[in-house]
Amino acid sequence: MILEQPMIIEQIMIPEQAMLFFSLALFSIGVFGVLVRRNLLFILISIEIMLNAVAVLFVAASSYHNNSDGQIMYLLVLTLAASEAAVGLGLVIQMYRRMHTLDVDQLSSMKE
Amino acid sequence: MSQVVIETLFYITAGIALIGALLTVTRYNAVHALLYLVITMMAISLIFFLLGASFAAALQIIVYAGAIMVLFVFVTMMLHQGEITIKQESMLFRPGRSIGVTFLSVILFAETLYLLSPLADATFTTTGAQINHIGAKEIGLQLFGPYLILVEVSALLLLTALIGAFHLGRRHQEQSL
Repeated sequence: MILEQPMIIEQIMIPEQAMLFFSLALFSIGVFGVLVRRNLLFILISIEIMLNAVAVLFVAASSYHNNSDGQIMYLLVLTLAASEAAVGLGLVIQMYRRMHTLDVDQLSSMKE
Repeated sequence: MSQVVIETLFYITAGIALIGALLTVTRYNAVHALLYLVITMMAISLIFFLLGASFAAALQIIVYAGAIMVLFVFVTMMLHQGEITIKQESMLFRPGRSIGVTFLSVILFAETLYLLSPLADATFTTTGAQINHIGAKEIGLQLFGPYLILVEVSALLLLTALIGAFHLGRRHQEQSL
């Protein structure tokens, strides 16, 4: 009788350090955008990039632990991003209607 | 071997995502920035696919690259209303301007094509390697089991955002102030 050889399944893993570095780099680019740009639309876009960096980390953790909880958190981040985009773009439209510019440094009426 | 292939694909895709994000935050033209942002979203979707999260990859394309980007593009179009002339139009749609986006998206397309082709399939079946795959079924079971309250909270959040966006977007507010 031939003993059945247990099938060795090699687990493919993208290295954790690389994934963490990627997420950190993406988040830093988002922070850079928020701090450097003065256009409200670009600030919102940078916030989207930051949310994406966090989402990447959630999905990566879910994959490394073979657990679906991380992807459920990703769904929540997705819902949050959609809500934030809708409200933020509403604010962009209102600001453009009132100030006729999107420069956030012009929003200084509370100083006067 | 397939480990090397997956890692190489990951490094290329991560590079595309980072270049796209960097170009997004440094563009002067909002439409160009949004084009690069779409590239970033698609690269992140491919990374989800490489991680075995196919459901998340599909959602990334549908919700981010689809719905949220349409919202941004629509607002950008509204804000530029009235000053679009034929001259500006020809400047905006010059093919030379979109060469970076085209280049990055062609790399992404080639990677996806390789992953879906029988070539990659043969690599994985011969080595017996596999990726942790978490599909839509597991997420659905979790979502409508222990995480049911989260679904309801998400629904409330979206309803609040809808009401807020509707209130903020009304036109006759500016006459009252």
